[in-house]
Amino acid sequence: MATVEAPAADRVDSGAPLPRGNGFGPWVVALARRGWRQLTSMRTALVLLFLLAVAAIPGSLLPQRSIKIEDVNTYLRTHGSLGRTLDRFYLFDVFSSPWFSAIYLLLFISLVGCLVPRLRSHITALLRQPPDAPARLSRMPAYATGKGGDVEKLAALLRKRRFRVAVRGTTVSAEKGYLKESGNLLFHFALLAILIGVAVSSWYGWHGSRNIVAGPDNAFCNTLQQYDDYGLGARVHPGDLPPFCVQLDRFDATYSAKDQPTSYTAYVHYSGADGVQHPAKIQVNHPLRVDGAGVYLLGHGYAPIIKYTDRFGRSQTSVLPFIPSNEATLTSEGVAAFPDANVDPKTGKQDPNDQIGFQGIYLPTMSSTDTHSAESLHPQERNPRLMLVAYKGNLGMDAGLAKSVYTLDQARIASGQLRQFDTTRALKPGQSWPLPDGSKVEFLGTQPFATMTVRHDPGEMYVLVAAVCLLGGLLLSLWGKRRRIWLRVDGDRIEAAGLPRTDYPGFADEFDEIVQAARKEGTF
Amino acid sequence: MGALSNHLLVVTVLAYLVAMIAYAAELSFGGRGAVARAATRTAAPTPERVLVTVGAGGDGGDPATPAPPAAPATPEGPTGRTALIGRFAVALTVVGYAAHLATIVARGLAAHRVPWGNMYEFVLAVCFVGATAWLVLLNRRPAVRPLGVFVTLALIIMLFIDAVRLYTSAGPLMPALNSYWLKIHVTAAVTASGVLLVGFVAAALTLIRLGYDQGKRSFPCSLGYRLPAAETLERLTFRVHAFAFPIWTFAIICGAIWARQAWTSYWTWDPKETWSFISWVIYAGYLHARATPSVKRWVATCIAVVGWGTMMVNLFVINLVVTGMHSYAGVK
Ligand code: HEM
Repeated sequence: MATVEAPAADRVDSGAPLPRGNGFGPWVVALARRGWRQLTSMRTALVLLFLLAVAAIPGSLLPQRSIKIEDVNTYLRTHGSLGRTLDRFYLFDVFSSPWFSAIYLLLFISLVGCLVPRLRSHITALLRQPPDAPARLSRMPAYATGKGGDVEKLAALLRKRRFRVAVRGTTVSAEKGYLKESGNLLFHFALLAILIGVAVSSWYGWHGSRNIVAGPDNAFCNTLQQYDDYGLGARVHPGDLPPFCVQLDRFDATYSAKDQPTSYTAYVHYSGADGVQHPAKIQVNHPLRVDGAGVYLLGHGYAPIIKYTDRFGRSQTSVLPFIPSNEATLTSEGVAAFPDANVDPKTGKQDPNDQIGFQGIYLPTMSSTDTHSAESLHPQERNPRLMLVAYKGNLGMDAGLAKSVYTLDQARIASGQLRQFDTTRALKPGQSWPLPDGSKVEFLGTQPFATMTVRHDPGEMYVLVAAVCLLGGLLLSLWGKRRRIWLRVDGDRIEAAGLPRTDYPGFADEFDEIVQAARKEGTF
Repeated sequence: MGALSNHLLVVTVLAYLVAMIAYAAELSFGGRGAVARAATRTAAPTPERVLVTVGAGGDGGDPATPAPPAAPATPEGPTGRTALIGRFAVALTVVGYAAHLATIVARGLAAHRVPWGNMYEFVLAVCFVGATAWLVLLNRRPAVRPLGVFVTLALIIMLFIDAVRLYTSAGPLMPALNSYWLKIHVTAAVTASGVLLVGFVAAALTLIRLGYDQGKRSFPCSLGYRLPAAETLERLTFRVHAFAFPIWTFAIICGAIWARQAWTSYWTWDPKETWSFISWVIYAGYLHARATPSVKRWVATCIAVVGWGTMMVNLFVINLVVTGMHSYAGVK
């Protein structure tokens, strides 16, 4: 793209030499000025753009806390000191790391430094008349001569072609294609606007996720305590969350003839602050909007209903979601923990080593031939099995820890505080398993559960508008063509010259066309 | 229908293969720079126009000083026989193209949906857009014809990998893909990728020609002998990228709107999003570098090549190796 007048920002090397002697002050000023010029140069911007691209790479190769914190924890557990070193350099939080932020902030400072002078000179150019013709028109890249010449008619001809025209005596100056630079500026300012929108999103947005089991007892409300995990923007207080509750009534999955899933639907009821219940349907790609927040269906699975009757005859039931380890077949893993089992009814006391927990794998469709396989064949419950391993001992859950655990404390199993007792069992729905201590566990069936995420993001609309401006600006900037045309009448001789100010291979044709049109009107 | 589509793909690849051989024949029997001359001639002002305009649009340099005429305009084009081979190559490309279109349509009919719901279909469609871009280019500038050998080579490689490594039988969409945004976002991504494929070929040829002009004669640069002038190739590279970049931008924006619809948030730095961003930044860097007089043209062109590299990483490495929310590849 022919930048005829190289943007001021590109003239880096013209930095004045640093003054010697006469004090510290001027020296600092000169140094700062040179640094600023360096920073706002296109070369620096290019280098920063590259750094930005390179810096994003580890974010796609290593697990990121912002995306899946469990994967990060697994990585840290399995990679020891390498993991810790990577963590020290924020490689699991790349996109919020100081170095990533430093790159884009510098880039944006550079951008502002580059844009402000450009904006100023563009406004000047818009206000100013097209510049006077150069002395020797014949040296311009497009040139033609003719006879005649009515300056006013020629000016009108160019005006009709939406040129901006200035008539000075016997010369006509015309220019067209200002939208190119306007588009360019729009594009770059839109980039800044996107950054601001993203900042608004992260300061004022919030989200929370929850595995919600079907049934009226399992409704959840929009408060932090009820989420399995959540994120609050820096400017959001827990009390700012709008009060609404959601209950999952039914979950449907449909499958094609070839057993591939075709749709998932969660039928829910929700109620706002007024307590009125509304029925609704949530599907993947069709979230529910409540009070400025979106309620999304992101996953689903089964929650086995496990009834445990302790050796004193007291029963408790657990309905906890099992987390799919394979989304396609819904082979799922989870636990049923009974920390207050085996309380002696006489003393009202519990031996803390008498707690009980089950680690389980749920297979909606177990292979009928290979009964040792721990992989489900199909996500629908066609031949369901719940495989359980029973553990006895201290679960370590009394200290007010969240009850919605999805795995037993492996450290306690390793240290022997939790001991496996009896062998592993695979239970069909309705089957029970008497344990050696006289207690009994029973698999009653399952309830479906849905993974729901609630998100409120006040920045998204700004970002969208900015992105649309960005695209519009980009099109104008890439496809706009700035060009100038001059006409000079000298007696009965007329000269025309043209200068494409940007890469514009069709300019010769346009110039010819204008000259021909003028000839036709008899003014050339 | 699914089987028919597979047979048609074989026809497509074979037609492109024969076309490639024909292009190659034209390129190598065309005599010294028949192509080069023809192509330079279209880029240089035609004699009638020289009277009026001198070197208009010669970008890069100072337009006040007219660009020197690029090459003496020689009247004779490629000789009769080679031109015939060239036309045969184009005809075969069109045959391959028709089979390619039929492959995609049959696939859509077999699956009862838009035929770009998994990685196999995506690559199929990207190549189709690449072929379209090539035919459009050929229509506008017939002189670039023998470059078809490189375009068809790229198409054959991509389609071969696609058929052998990525094949998935036709089936319904997974529920997450069931949205009209699939049509918008993926169509835009396919279009941008296909055009950028041609842009990459042009960029690579520019570098080869530049290397040749600097006196390098080892393998890829030895091909430079037969290529159009570096300046012509370079400008072509820019045109193609300037066309594709807004489409790519549009694809990313639509992806973000869809992500907000399907995954709650418009941007989560999912690996696919991250690499789209990386490609976008690199291509933006290319456009900037090219607009900066102090950056040499070959440096800018290298950036475009790197850009295509990032597109390939996004397509192959991210789909097949890294898992993210974009795991629609459906490749086992
Ligand atoms: C966030 C980083 C940036 C991105 C993604 C970006 C992207 C773009 C794109 C896509 C174009 C249009 C291509 C063209 O017209 O050639 C462009 C043009 C331009 N950008 Fe940027 N830009 C960024 C930062 C900057 C910075 C920091 C500067 C100044 C130091 C700058 C200066 C320019 C100039 C001068 C042009 C116009 C080139 C011309 O048409 O002559 N950009 N930019």
